[in-house]
Amino acid sequence: MSNPFDGAQLHDCRDAFTSVLEELATENNDIVAVCNDSVGSSKLASFRDKFSDRLINVGIAEQNMVGVGAGLANGGKIPFVCAASPFLTGRALEQIKADVAYSETNVKLVGISSGLAYGELGPTHHSIEDFAWIRALPNVPVVAPADRVETAAAIRWATEYQGGCFLRLSRVGVPDVLPEKHVFELGKADLLRAGDDLTIIANGVLTHRALIAAELLSNSGILARVLNMASVRPIDEAAVISAAEETGAILTCEEHTTFGGLGSAVAEVVVDKAPVPMTRLGVPGIFAHTASATALLDDFGMSPEAIADSACALLKRKG
Amino acid sequence: MITEKLYKLANKIRQRDLQAVFEAGAGHIGGEMSVTDILTALYFKIMHVDPDNPNAPQRDRLILSKGHTALALYIVLAEKGFLPAEEISTFLQHRSRLNGHPNRVKVPGVETNTGPLGHGLPIGVGMAKAAQLNGENWRTFVITGDGEMQEGSNWEAIMAAAHFKLDNLTLIIDHNRLQQGARLAETNNLAPLAPKLEAFGWAVEEINGHDMDQICAALSPETITLRKPKCIVAHTNKGQGISFMSDNVAWHHKVPNEEQYKQAMKELQGVTV
Repeated sequence: MSNPFDGAQLHDCRDAFTSVLEELATENNDIVAVCNDSVGSSKLASFRDKFSDRLINVGIAEQNMVGVGAGLANGGKIPFVCAASPFLTGRALEQIKADVAYSETNVKLVGISSGLAYGELGPTHHSIEDFAWIRALPNVPVVAPADRVETAAAIRWATEYQGGCFLRLSRVGVPDVLPEKHVFELGKADLLRAGDDLTIIANGVLTHRALIAAELLSNSGILARVLNMASVRPIDEAAVISAAEETGAILTCEEHTTFGGLGSAVAEVVVDKAPVPMTRLGVPGIFAHTASATALLDDFGMSPEAIADSACALLKRKG
Repeated sequence: MITEKLYKLANKIRQRDLQAVFEAGAGHIGGEMSVTDILTALYFKIMHVDPDNPNAPQRDRLILSKGHTALALYIVLAEKGFLPAEEISTFLQHRSRLNGHPNRVKVPGVETNTGPLGHGLPIGVGMAKAAQLNGENWRTFVITGDGEMQEGSNWEAIMAAAHFKLDNLTLIIDHNRLQQGARLAETNNLAPLAPKLEAFGWAVEEINGHDMDQICAALSPETITLRKPKCIVAHTNKGQGISFMSDNVAWHHKVPNEEQYKQAMKELQGVTV
């Protein structure tokens, strides 16, 4: 076999986020960043140096941070509210519900170091519930880019989009998986690899692992379709239905609990529109043990090899 | 508007509120009576808002953070011309846009959807910050209940407002001493409020929240302290204007029966200014 990412450089998507934000902020004075003392972890130091008055650091106060974002939006600003995802989405969930989702404000929520990125720091710092929490709210699209290209594209999209959204970024290095000129389209999956035996659907840091798994499967003569599903809400129903009808089985991989995330969102479409066997990989509804972010993904059955094994097991359930 | 007219208007708003609560069979009458004079002064003396252009970028902003007293805001907005006056009779009715807490998407003049307590002041900080960044002169007003100040998010915002030197932000605490279940003093006593706000770097003024001259003076731009946000601790009575409701914890969201309704209306109609 050959790993399609052998020797590929890994990139921290936060760098793409801040470099595009700075570029856009140069052209648009209304763009501001709001953070909770996370200038370092949100990589906003350069933004602060370039636009000192437009970096609004409220200190360690996430509820206030999201409310301030909603107020800035009311005053015509385009706030990018940045914080570690567990604290942004957990501590300030009611503000996200009432002040952003229900009030329909133009607040861009940027969850940094989401998923299992904080690894050894433990479950307080893991953000493996955020798809479920935010996906349950109307009016707030949920987007988890797979690489630096898609991160940059999603930030450009968010700036133009009229309304709130949740961008779920990681700090874990990932190789490029999308073409350089990629344009993000809300609610559209990216077909990264063609195949008719089954479909693997992933996003975020799992997408490149899904591609490696597909390569492994091809060595056994199994042709897996790979869809990158950055947009968890709205989800690309047409792509899911096509995957079900054309490949007959769907495997999902996510850096999230299997309760209510990407796998659940795909399953909702499958159950309603095109029932086929599914396997949902993710964190199986427990608080994680001590391990690095990548080791945790491996431990929860999401190494490329384990994903391929799950795909083989799923194939046996196909009618 | 001169003081006498403000009193008359506030009394008219109280009567309409009482009638709407009675007819709807629900509402938060106690806190509506306590905040009515403040809302009346804001909309008819202080704030620059235009019902024909409710989203004008330079408008002053009011957030009723104690969103459960939405009915008082609806009536004030209707008096101001943001809503048809006859629409007040739809309050809480099936599919009415006037539900128990205000909705900015549906009701012109409402700035943000409040209801859960402790949300308004952080949003007000954001609004005031936007005006500060733009070098614009519009002002932001936030009304909270006194019990609401038990929410920690308010104190996050209080710290931020002082740090950002938001002298275009005014917080009015409707200090009626009662919360839903009991007196503030018996629950989690935040009083005295003024020294706490002062300690956080705010300019603070204490007033009688039912004295129009005091309300208008405290809200006037001349009383702003440069580079400091302002807090007005408005001493009020829950159920103000209705003897058996006034300062009575039972009337947080109790609905008057017919006899009580008639007596309350008679008392409000008997007020001479």
